[in-house]
Amino acid sequence: MIIGETPPPSGAFGVDAVAMTMRFGDFLALDNVELKVRPGSFHALLGENGAGKSTLVKCIMGYYHATEGDIIVGGREQAIANPKDAHALGLGMVYQHFTLVPAMTVAENLVLARDDVPAVVNWPNEMKELEAFLGSMPFKVPLSAKVSDISAGERQKCEILKQLYLKRRFLILDEPTSVLTPAEADEVLGMLRDMVVKGELTILMITHKFREVMAFADDVTILRRGKLAGAGKVSELTPDAMARTMIGAEELTVQPPRTGEAGQARLELQKLRALDDAGAVAVHDVSLTVRAGEIVGIAGVSGNGQRQLVEVLAGQREAESGEVRVAGDPYHASREEMRRHRMSLLPEEPLKNACVGGMSVADNIAFREFDRAPFASGGWWLNRSAIRSDARKKIGQYKIKTRTPDTPISALSGGNVQRAVLARELGGDVEVLIAANPCFGLDFAAVAQIHAEIMAARNRGAAVLLVSEDLDELLELSDRLVVMFHGEFVYEARTSEADLTVVGRHMAGH
Amino acid sequence: MADGSIGLWTVPLAVLGGAIRVSTPFLFVSLGECITERAGRINLGLEGTLVMGAMSAYGISYLTGSPWLGVLAAGITGALLGALHAGICSLPRVNDVAVGIALMLFGTGLAFYLGKPLIEPTAPRLPAIDFGWWSDIPQVQAALRINVLFLIGVALAPILYWAFRTTRWGLLIRTAGESADAARAMGHSVLLIRLRATMAGGFLAGIGGSFLSLFYPGSWNEGLSSGQGITAVALVIFARWDPLLCLWASLAFGGAAALGPALQSVGVTSGYHLFNAAPYILTLAIMIITCSPKRTLTGAPAELSITR
Repeated sequence: MIIGETPPPSGAFGVDAVAMTMRFGDFLALDNVELKVRPGSFHALLGENGAGKSTLVKCIMGYYHATEGDIIVGGREQAIANPKDAHALGLGMVYQHFTLVPAMTVAENLVLARDDVPAVVNWPNEMKELEAFLGSMPFKVPLSAKVSDISAGERQKCEILKQLYLKRRFLILDEPTSVLTPAEADEVLGMLRDMVVKGELTILMITHKFREVMAFADDVTILRRGKLAGAGKVSELTPDAMARTMIGAEELTVQPPRTGEAGQARLELQKLRALDDAGAVAVHDVSLTVRAGEIVGIAGVSGNGQRQLVEVLAGQREAESGEVRVAGDPYHASREEMRRHRMSLLPEEPLKNACVGGMSVADNIAFREFDRAPFASGGWWLNRSAIRSDARKKIGQYKIKTRTPDTPISALSGGNVQRAVLARELGGDVEVLIAANPCFGLDFAAVAQIHAEIMAARNRGAAVLLVSEDLDELLELSDRLVVMFHGEFVYEARTSEADLTVVGRHMAGH
Repeated sequence: MADGSIGLWTVPLAVLGGAIRVSTPFLFVSLGECITERAGRINLGLEGTLVMGAMSAYGISYLTGSPWLGVLAAGITGALLGALHAGICSLPRVNDVAVGIALMLFGTGLAFYLGKPLIEPTAPRLPAIDFGWWSDIPQVQAALRINVLFLIGVALAPILYWAFRTTRWGLLIRTAGESADAARAMGHSVLLIRLRATMAGGFLAGIGGSFLSLFYPGSWNEGLSSGQGITAVALVIFARWDPLLCLWASLAFGGAAALGPALQSVGVTSGYHLFNAAPYILTLAIMIITCSPKRTLTGAPAELSITR
């Protein structure tokens, strides 16, 4: 049949994937996977990174063509050759990375997404229609604002509104709340849930947040290494049971208990100010003290100046004004100062910010020490065998999965790149540790290992500044919690006394 | 005044006339490059396109006797060179700047080779409209003899400004230039959009070249272009990818280029070559003033290889 020939009936419809198998060369990304999304239900798709969730939904959306298996949309088997076919059937997808054009207005983005953009856009008319559409929707967005000027929460709402504007009635959401505060996440998911309950929409949500699965989803399907690991009604499952199904029999590193009290001030920021790439003030005269044996967590929605703050501390960005002191000495992120004060850094996107992709794992592990004995004589003659044997030792110790120490680090998976950086940064003594989203996009095993290492460094007396967008991670690890909003520290509390709703409110700037 | 001598007024008048005359190639090339760069590609080959355009316009005008056919031929030649650039850049892991430099050398070289027989003959030139009829001062009349292409270029700038905002093609070009992922997610082919944008850019640059050979200076020789094509590419950056600013920037560069000859005509001969370098000094000065190591350029299309 020709797709789009018979428009699907209005209201929610279901989608089933039957016996899906997807092969990329030798690699089996999906192995006989089954997914049944009932019409008018909120379905969660769980699984670790690399479990095949994205591959599965991309097969449904027509980005990939499954090696074997069928897609059934609204009870009928459909051949979905490309995303356009999927759109014609009423299937829409909201991606983890925003697909809005930042330099354009919300209205331009919405109109542009249509299949029938007129050759000349009559803006007064379109604006009137858009306002009428927004009036019928549960959430509002500023139509004339540039997307780059609105918050992450509003952008995510725009992405969802765009799908509804295009009259899609089966939405696939790929980790839709990773950039939202808990309150924003609840608002967006709650509204979508209402539409599902009214029978207007069916939702398939990829996520790894059990809290959201428990609160909003009806059914869940769990994948592990490309295979169906479990499925069922959420009301009959516990987060523990789901987590066990997700990770299988793998042993997780046990996090050491929090021991010892905070000591002297180690890292001090005084009225630190930094600009972003556009020249606007991103870090607004912030002051903070991190003491030895203490983890200070900086919470905040991404884009509130955390990146620039970390870049200043890492030496990737110059501060406009203000001062950083480490153990009382002024600090300008020079190599000599970092060495003297035993500074360690776990930046976000480690492959980009902390590694040279084309160089070997061993070389990357040696970056901090390669020009000193025993790795070099006289500061210039490198001892390759010492570098390699040290790397081999750390590869074993930190469970880095690499074929050889000479493999280029860019060939490693995200978790193993971060493990290699961990080996370099935490392999020796550490007095100050700065970590930024160290676990972003990593699997359970890697996350558990990194959390354990950070806690161990704290217990050994390091001052730890942990910047993270994951509130759960901060609540688990930090001793003190600071909320950053619009480049300022707007809230501070001991983690044991912090109130999640108050923290969430400050993250949203209220 | 009766003897036609207007003293030092010659200089600003000549600069004005120069701004109008010299700016036309700058204007066309920068508007063309503006389209290409808004789609997310840099085509440095427009210098070669300009020279090829000049040569083919002269050749066709000479062969057919119609300068307007020459202009059309220049545009088509430019569009073909644009297609070549876009085609090579569609291949994986090809850098558009490197391809542009190669095409710049290829275009000029090919034009000199094919244009050898055109140095001698005289081709029909483009007509000009006399806007100076009200004055009997010859310098004023000379400054206000305006070519139709200039007027087309002036009209084109606001049209492009409007089109980037309100037409489907304008929105698609901006999407491809600001976020290729977004364009792909909507089911558009980024490569195809860029191919068309690069061809449109080449078309305009070719027309800019036809102005050189068919109006001012109005002949074909190998020293015809003195880097207008490459300067115009820099000018787009200075104009912040805004077609209206491209117009003002082109006028400013045209005026600067006319400064040397104007000063010479009133007897200031010392430093003649220095004044001739005014446009290039202006380029450098503007780049230094407007760029900063601490920030990215505002308004720059996010997909350009220089901003990514």
